[in-house]
Amino acid sequence: MSEWPLPVDPEALGVYVHVPFCRRRCDYCAFATYVDRDHLMADYVGALRRELAAALDAGRLQPARAVYVGGGTPSRLAAEELASVLAAIPRQPGAEVSVECNPEDVTPARLAVYRQAGVTRVSLGAQAVAPHVLASLGRHHRFEEVVAAAEALREAGLASWNLDLIFGAAAETDRDWVRALEAALELEPPHVSAYALTVEPGTPLAADPTRHPDDDVQARRYRVADAILSAAGYRWEEISNWAMPGHHCLYNNITWWGGDYLGFGAAAHSHRGRARWWNVRRPERYIALVGAGAPVVAGSETLTEAQRAFETLSLSLRTPRGVPAAALPPSEELAGLVEWADGRAVLTVAGRLLASDVSLRVQIPGSGAPVR
Amino acid sequence: MTSAAPPGPVATERIRNFSIISHVDHGKSTLSDRILELTGAVDPRLMREQFLDSMDLERERGITIKAQNVRVRYRDYVLHLIDTPGHVDFGYEVSRSLAACEGAVLLVDASQGIQAQTLANCYQAMEHNLEIVAVLNKIDLPAADPERCAAEIEQVLGIPREEVLRISAKTGEGVEALLDAVVARIPPPVGDPEAALRALIFDSAYDQYRGVVSSVRVVDGTIRAGERLLFMQAGGVYEAEELGVRTPEARPVEALGPGEVGYLIAGIKDVGSARSGETVTSAQRPATEALPGYRDPKPMVFCGLYPMDGDRLPELRDALDRLKLNDASFTYEPESSHALGFGFRCGFLGLLHMEIVRERLEREFDLSLVATAPSVAYRVWLTDGTALDIDNPTDLPDQSRIERIEEPMLAATILTPAEHTGTVMELCQRRRGELQKMEYLSPERVELAYRIPLAEVVVDFFDQLKSRTKGYASLDYEPAGYEAANLVRVEILINHVPVDAFSTIVHRSQAEAYGRRMAERLRQMIPRQLFDVPIQAAIGGRIIARETVKAKRKDVLAKCYGGDVTRKRKLLERQKEGKKRMKSIGRVEVPQEAFISALRMDEG
Repeated sequence: MSEWPLPVDPEALGVYVHVPFCRRRCDYCAFATYVDRDHLMADYVGALRRELAAALDAGRLQPARAVYVGGGTPSRLAAEELASVLAAIPRQPGAEVSVECNPEDVTPARLAVYRQAGVTRVSLGAQAVAPHVLASLGRHHRFEEVVAAAEALREAGLASWNLDLIFGAAAETDRDWVRALEAALELEPPHVSAYALTVEPGTPLAADPTRHPDDDVQARRYRVADAILSAAGYRWEEISNWAMPGHHCLYNNITWWGGDYLGFGAAAHSHRGRARWWNVRRPERYIALVGAGAPVVAGSETLTEAQRAFETLSLSLRTPRGVPAAALPPSEELAGLVEWADGRAVLTVAGRLLASDVSLRVQIPGSGAPVR
Repeated sequence: MTSAAPPGPVATERIRNFSIISHVDHGKSTLSDRILELTGAVDPRLMREQFLDSMDLERERGITIKAQNVRVRYRDYVLHLIDTPGHVDFGYEVSRSLAACEGAVLLVDASQGIQAQTLANCYQAMEHNLEIVAVLNKIDLPAADPERCAAEIEQVLGIPREEVLRISAKTGEGVEALLDAVVARIPPPVGDPEAALRALIFDSAYDQYRGVVSSVRVVDGTIRAGERLLFMQAGGVYEAEELGVRTPEARPVEALGPGEVGYLIAGIKDVGSARSGETVTSAQRPATEALPGYRDPKPMVFCGLYPMDGDRLPELRDALDRLKLNDASFTYEPESSHALGFGFRCGFLGLLHMEIVRERLEREFDLSLVATAPSVAYRVWLTDGTALDIDNPTDLPDQSRIERIEEPMLAATILTPAEHTGTVMELCQRRRGELQKMEYLSPERVELAYRIPLAEVVVDFFDQLKSRTKGYASLDYEPAGYEAANLVRVEILINHVPVDAFSTIVHRSQAEAYGRRMAERLRQMIPRQLFDVPIQAAIGGRIIARETVKAKRKDVLAKCYGGDVTRKRKLLERQKEGKKRMKSIGRVEVPQEAFISALRMDEG
């Protein structure tokens, strides 16, 4: 069993691979993903391998401690294609390799190939349980498929896996949400992500205010989730993540402690020290640029020390590690939102729900003082 | 002979000085234009509408703010047409203009009949012993009813209906006959050419190149260019740099004799030193007595003016300084509000004056302004027997020290079509008015006289009156002293801290309605905080209304991976910037826009 919270390892490198293909677009989704470009998949996989190889040759890609393949829907790619991409990523021994999957894609055959390729962790996009809630999220699978996928995951003997849930859909009641959590827990996922439905600009959901979630309702559902998951033995890992002991997601923790990660593929973001850069968003353009041996970076930014410190603190605040108490000293207005112990300031459940507000009160320590 | 500027003073028998008394839209500017054309004063090719209204605002609103005067020649006579301001707020300026005349043309729209303010001005002209030449205008319009209007004039003013002239200023019909009547009926000025100089200033305007340009009417003696002049009320001594007449373009003259009207430039830098009503005499041989009727008009309506963007305070100060050069009747002094920052407490002659000043500041100086709710000056008697004049509710002393509060009253005259009498009376009653008189001017029109608190009139009374009478009622008023009333200060508290910009003094009967309205409005405007925020309205320590801004329960990004990290950081950076611009009311952070919106809703 690992220490908790997970100790910070500033040397650990994460690698992210973006797969921008979906069968259908969920109407709350604002990610870089496309439902009509399956014909690009083979070229895209080729481009990914080339971008990775180029980075490796240039000495920009060191062995990763954790790899995360997200999307989109990575399981849209043929298992062998995905395996060929993973093969192009240098990894440290025992590296974590996570892949996001849609429930209907998770078959024993696919999992066998994944395992062979070094996948240690699958994240399953269940989102909801009741058919009317799934429908109101614009999801087209049935929960039975999630049950079958969970069964396959257990059979395959993966080290860990995650179940994604979303709360706050217009059609969902408090009761639906409790039942969804209970049904999810019956599948014994080692890790659960529960996200408040978020209205992203430009999505069909944004265009329909009648379906916009109410903050007070979402706050209530969040508390319900935290109570039920805690009672079942899960530990809060980050605002929207809970894990059984030892089943944290290392890749995500690298992100949250402000570590370095390199992103590959269309729209992928990279962080290294104070540098931030991100790739072109459209897959056609990404493929063309890689094919031409041209840089795929669409934009970049170098943070000041103060910006970096603020970013690191506000990310860390989202986790049970919290921030150094000096960065968030006790005050009347933070009473009930923050707990102070052992020189750390850590959010309470009420505080997690107001993490943005609390972040604004974080004081950046003088240079040299610890931010982690 | 078209030259209107003879070398020396004009003989008084050849002079006729008159104003036109008229309601907005009854055609005064059009008639002035016709007179200028008819007398050849303005080249028809250069003629433009409302020739005498020089400010853009005047032309746009169709009203005259500053008095103008023009000299024209008609047959063997010199006519001075003295234009008067067209709104009740400028009543004092009207009285000074009238004091420069021997007669007045009462111009009435033949379809609408005489209006309250016209009537009031006409009464004032009669008090000055002015000869009234009554004229019905717009007789060319199908809706014109000259018979009825002439009968009304006879009933109200005692002018025989047969003497009432009928014209169309638009077509020019009857305008010549009107000028003949002016010459025949209005007496020439009387003045002693040998006496010490006494000249009346009836208007002053600031010109950025020449300084103050004053309109003067010589009463006794002769005013000469280059002479040293004593301004008897203000006490200043200045040299007459230039004397002249407007034909309407300015033409310098050497001297102006008794009865003559013209302009005077004396190197004065602000209109406050040459106010309307001032008497000018010779510094060498001063008159012993100033002309009667000088008054220093006091502001009646007050509000705070704040720049929308606090950084532009110096520009607002500069704009006020410059406007003041041209408008002696408004006042301003710095004030600060916790909610709105730094600004100025300004006093105005009335609501229109307030609007005009604000509009000029915004338009001519490109400023965006926030105005607090208009207030009046209360007289507060303290338990120790002393009195304070308070025009800002925030300055009101503690309730325990107050013996009583008196409020300024108005004597208001309303003329309304008889069918709307009931609804007008209902409005006045609701505004705490006391009926003094009710008289039928004709079977169709009623005159109502009320004693009514000024405070009730400054808040949308005129709009209400207009909307209740389909626009037909007219209003005139004058100050009528102070009267004790059951007045209280309502404070608005956000999280138990009073917010100055929303404090107001109101009648006890209206306190709760105000409190509820403001609390509800602020509840909608104030963003949710990390804790419940009570918004209360209170009189003294007693709460009369309460609303609560419920504590914020959720403000967190659900997902925070990869690109989200940068998005989140930028969002937080923006929020941190926004936080700096927040106004803190105790622990509560409120964007200034929230206060501004809440105040603006009262204006709309």
